[in-house]
Amino acid sequence: MAKKAQSTLINMLLSLTTIAVVAAAALAFVSSVTEEPILNAQKAKKEAAIKAVLPAFDKLEETSIDGTNCTKAYGPDGQLVGMAIESSTEKGFGGHLEAMVGFDAEGNVSGYQILQTAETPGLGAKAGEWFQKGNKGDVIGMNPATELKVKKDGGQVDAISGSTITSRAFCEIINNAYKTFQKGGNK
Amino acid sequence: MKATDIIKNGLIKENPTWVLVLGMCPTLATTTSAVNGMMMGLATTFVLVMSNIVISLLKSVIPDKVRIPAFIVVIATFVTIVQMVMQGYMPDMYETLGLFIPLIVVNCIVLGRAEAFASKNNVWHSLLDGLFMGLGFTWALTLVGLVRELLGAGAIFGHSLIGGNDGMLLFILAPGGFIVLGFLMALVKKIQKNS
Repeated sequence: MAKKAQSTLINMLLSLTTIAVVAAAALAFVSSVTEEPILNAQKAKKEAAIKAVLPAFDKLEETSIDGTNCTKAYGPDGQLVGMAIESSTEKGFGGHLEAMVGFDAEGNVSGYQILQTAETPGLGAKAGEWFQKGNKGDVIGMNPATELKVKKDGGQVDAISGSTITSRAFCEIINNAYKTFQKGGNK
Repeated sequence: MKATDIIKNGLIKENPTWVLVLGMCPTLATTTSAVNGMMMGLATTFVLVMSNIVISLLKSVIPDKVRIPAFIVVIATFVTIVQMVMQGYMPDMYETLGLFIPLIVVNCIVLGRAEAFASKNNVWHSLLDGLFMGLGFTWALTLVGLVRELLGAGAIFGHSLIGGNDGMLLFILAPGGFIVLGFLMALVKKIQKNS
């Protein structure tokens, strides 16, 4: 076995510096390779979410209302058929909660997809399915002109059992999205 | 040391989870389902194998006094590589495990094997040790995840066995993790003792 390097100052400096430089080079290389797939994956996810939450459409147009990213959807005659809005809140049980919310031309909720969540697995994390059509907390088709609230707060939405905080945060996301929709959804 | 000993040590005799009881944070946190546990185990295995190889190669040029920082840099590099690759090519899995991938850096198993094994043994044995310690960790995590998923969500590897979404929620949450881990650990010990 080769003799072990002594712990002299120069040896320590040399070995640590070399290791750090090689590590940095390796990371820079991997980063340059994976940069594009990462961006593509994020974009694909967003696009899939937009398609999933909107009613049938012919053409999409990205826009921004008060700094919120929106996608307007137009039908065959160029009339507005719906709008997908990115909406988020910090009031989730795990903090940041972000969703893509879709509205039809009248402002009824046409769909939603959770984009980012840190909710508890098994409880709040169920928000992805709970409020979808046909499930217990179905919000699809509701019109947030009267603010969405969970039943506990006197509203009309069935909260996820054991996750009232997540459900409240979810209602807030929909309500916020609706406000954005009202500001720019008439055209 | 024989290769078969290393294999047996990693999988059973010195299994990181059941016997060494190292890396409990990811063990408890990521095993909410069998798939999550398995992916976490495999990511850790990759890091273990790579860092064991590199550290074994470098063992004679790293002075003793700075070996820990040197090991950590090597380990962190591989962890970051796993993280970026996962984010790019397995975005869904990255979302579930994302938070815990960077934590592999401070996983005691990885540093523990670097310090206790790779820095004293040759490359081939270090590779084997990394691989089978990692697989030992993986099967343990998969088993914990399997039991928790079965009891907590009524599903196996994501396939629901019961209708609806009602399971014993406790087992998906942190307390259930402790309970399952404890009982499984006792069971494994019992089986080992008898064999």
